[in-house]
Amino acid sequence: MTLSTQYATESSPTVAYKEQRSECDMDIPRSLLRMVGIEKSFNGIPTLKQVDFEAYSGEIHALLGANGAGKSTLMNVLSGAYSSDAGHIELHGMKLQIDQPKDARSVGIYCVYQEVDTALVPQLTVAENIMLDQMAKDTASWWVSPAHQYRQAAVACAKLGVELPLTKLVSELSLAEKQMVLIARTLVEQAKVVIFDEPTAPLSQEEAVRLFAVMQLMKEQGLVVIFISHRLPEVFAICDRITVMRDGVRVYTDHVARTSIQDVVGHMLGRTLAEQVPKQVVPIGDIVLEAKNLVAGNRVRGVNLAARKGEIVAVVGIVGAGKTETSRLLTGVDQIEQGSISIKGQSVRFKEPADAIAKGVVLVPEERRKQGLVVHESVETNLSLPILKRLSNWSGWLNGKIERQLAAEIVEKLRIKTASVQTLVQYLSGGNQQKIAIGKWLESGADVYVFDEPTKGVDVGAKEDIFQIIGGLAKQGHAILYFTCEFAEAIGIADRILVMCDGKIVQEFDRQAATQEQLLFYASAGKEGEL
Amino acid sequence: MEAGIKHKLLHFLFRYGAIFVVIGVFIYFSLRLDNFLTASNIGDIMASISIVTFVALGVTFSLIVDGFDLSVGSTVSLTTVVTASMMVWYEMPMLVVIGVPLLIGALVGLLNALFIIKFRIPDLLATLAVMYIIAGIHKTYTKGYSINDHMLFPDGSKAPGVISTSFQTIGQGEFYIGSFTVPIPVIFMLLAIVAAHLLLRYTRFGRQLYMTGGNREAARLSGIRVNRIRTLAYVISGVCAAIGGILFTSRVGTGEIDAGAPLLMEAVAAVFVGFSVFGAGKPNVFGTFVGALLIGVLVNGLTMMNLQYYTHDIIKGTVLVLALSITFYVVNRGRSSSS
Repeated sequence: MTLSTQYATESSPTVAYKEQRSECDMDIPRSLLRMVGIEKSFNGIPTLKQVDFEAYSGEIHALLGANGAGKSTLMNVLSGAYSSDAGHIELHGMKLQIDQPKDARSVGIYCVYQEVDTALVPQLTVAENIMLDQMAKDTASWWVSPAHQYRQAAVACAKLGVELPLTKLVSELSLAEKQMVLIARTLVEQAKVVIFDEPTAPLSQEEAVRLFAVMQLMKEQGLVVIFISHRLPEVFAICDRITVMRDGVRVYTDHVARTSIQDVVGHMLGRTLAEQVPKQVVPIGDIVLEAKNLVAGNRVRGVNLAARKGEIVAVVGIVGAGKTETSRLLTGVDQIEQGSISIKGQSVRFKEPADAIAKGVVLVPEERRKQGLVVHESVETNLSLPILKRLSNWSGWLNGKIERQLAAEIVEKLRIKTASVQTLVQYLSGGNQQKIAIGKWLESGADVYVFDEPTKGVDVGAKEDIFQIIGGLAKQGHAILYFTCEFAEAIGIADRILVMCDGKIVQEFDRQAATQEQLLFYASAGKEGEL
Repeated sequence: MEAGIKHKLLHFLFRYGAIFVVIGVFIYFSLRLDNFLTASNIGDIMASISIVTFVALGVTFSLIVDGFDLSVGSTVSLTTVVTASMMVWYEMPMLVVIGVPLLIGALVGLLNALFIIKFRIPDLLATLAVMYIIAGIHKTYTKGYSINDHMLFPDGSKAPGVISTSFQTIGQGEFYIGSFTVPIPVIFMLLAIVAAHLLLRYTRFGRQLYMTGGNREAARLSGIRVNRIRTLAYVISGVCAAIGGILFTSRVGTGEIDAGAPLLMEAVAAVFVGFSVFGAGKPNVFGTFVGALLIGVLVNGLTMMNLQYYTHDIIKGTVLVLALSITFYVVNRGRSSSS
């Protein structure tokens, strides 16, 4: 109530804005979120420098930038996770005082974080989780009426246009459903601004489409929807306006219709970039790794594949097709139930990753922080992890000098941005962490590199570097298996593309022969001849 | 600004707090007690901590691989009576007297590893169960009696052997450097500390231990056979406890029942006090030694001040909880701010 009166009395800046915008024939903004002159430093290093940011109600506003550009920091300021050093925030022309998350929530600013599990109680039902913040309020009644909760939760779901199993436990839900629970919760709370922080990264294509529909609905209901994503095509498909940040500064804001992906990438990088790294063509040799009829669990149901010397084989498929599981079987992380693997024609059996590594098959896993790195240790220690044997003499004594030297070489070769090789890996950005997860194998004498989603959560600049590294490995005569759900990447980098669906390889394409549409068609269980 | 100072102070406390406390306590007792700062008393303190240091070294290994070994106290108890019984009941040669308890320590470690790694019981629970099993075995073995020279059995017969003097020199012997008395167990302790430090810091095995503890999944995917490493850590833990048991028998000259019961708590306290020394932020040998030293100095001083022995537990417990507070407060703060 107070907000609307406030808006009516203090609408002059908005009106002025309206007039200015009307020339560009945009739809008329009804109200406005403004962040003005926001500054934030960590340990004396400025992360946000005089950032102005505006978003209207009834629009989906994309906030883009490479990793470390400051977009997450800005949104953390908005949602109260950080307090800004300077600047202020206005909603509907009313100045806000946001010092902690509670303050932001009380005025209707909500954030749907990527890590959905941190905000949910798995042992409670969907309805209870949707109503969780309501129950947590000081003013909430002592008594909880389940019937009332279900009714309210059902109303929220109806608003979203989704059907959630309200009586089911959250622990039984899929990730996409959990996200919906969180979104429904914001609606129960009468949200006015909802921030989506990379919500689509863990989703499959269909799940993402469903999420976009929900975002569209929220937009139509007059909310400010802020969308952070690394996937530019989806940004262009659903957003109204785009703001790009770089190095803690807002560098660009415009309507999507008036820009292009190339433009935006240019703004993100500060230079224009050919969309793809030119593919290096290298001679392809004999088969190094061959898998026949691999079966394990219900996710891998008879996979046949082979990789040759110097060849990059991409295995594409939607989330849940069994790609990660296959990559783990090939590298000895999990045990195969049926089928066989051979290296250079010699049949092998891996009981442990150590066995696979001894045969020259290494994995760069999907979850780099959990599986690829020891984040509380230094760059050097992480890089030397797989080659400790080489670095030590007969008694197991490590040669610290050679260790440091090799680490420095790898850091330079892969252009890893780190203060020194002694820096703890946890302080590096995602892209540099990924380079370490790859770089640690360079000296291990591996023949076959298996990558599982190596560009996940990596910014555009680092992505380019990673493609170059992988291209370089192929050039040196290594066989590369590249598991990804990013079809464009596969087309850009691979010599051969295998499409995986429901635990099987269903189609094979040569480099030039595939289009994204075709890949998607076969990946979503399409049959030959239907296309 | 103020927050920055608080942050710095906290880190300073984290890095050097334990060392200052040791020095502070030492100065306090020196001023307060006439006989504290004498060569012989310092020798006593060092000798008294040699046993707990061995046990604590074992705990350090289990903690490094992100495990926990609660069974070390019971292992000390069992190996103490076994060592004594080898001499008093069976009159075995020295090699057997020392070899059998070491073997038992290794077996306890394997048993722990079996439960934790094969059956996937959480480490605290598995070693808690093993702790009770071993404690029960050790009392059953001696039928509840301590083992003395020529002890009387319930049926009236007499045990044939004695705890030999040559064996007792391991724990009680001394030699002299000038006016300084150096107890032999202190030499063993210092050797073990140096060896463990070098092993953990400069060898492949040490690195593998730390990596396994730092991120087991990443270590496994990097080709470390983590289950083997973890098993070895528990075996080392058991063997270290067994050495503690052997030293105990030798030092006291009897196979005392329940000898290891208070050692678990002291050893764990020592390791966690040492967690933070010089800002290591992880279990480390030197820190463990500082922790053991702190506890040794405290116990020695408090005893000289004629405090009842049962009040010692209060003080030791308080030291542990303080060390844990600083360690976990700083470590968790650091982690949450970096993410």
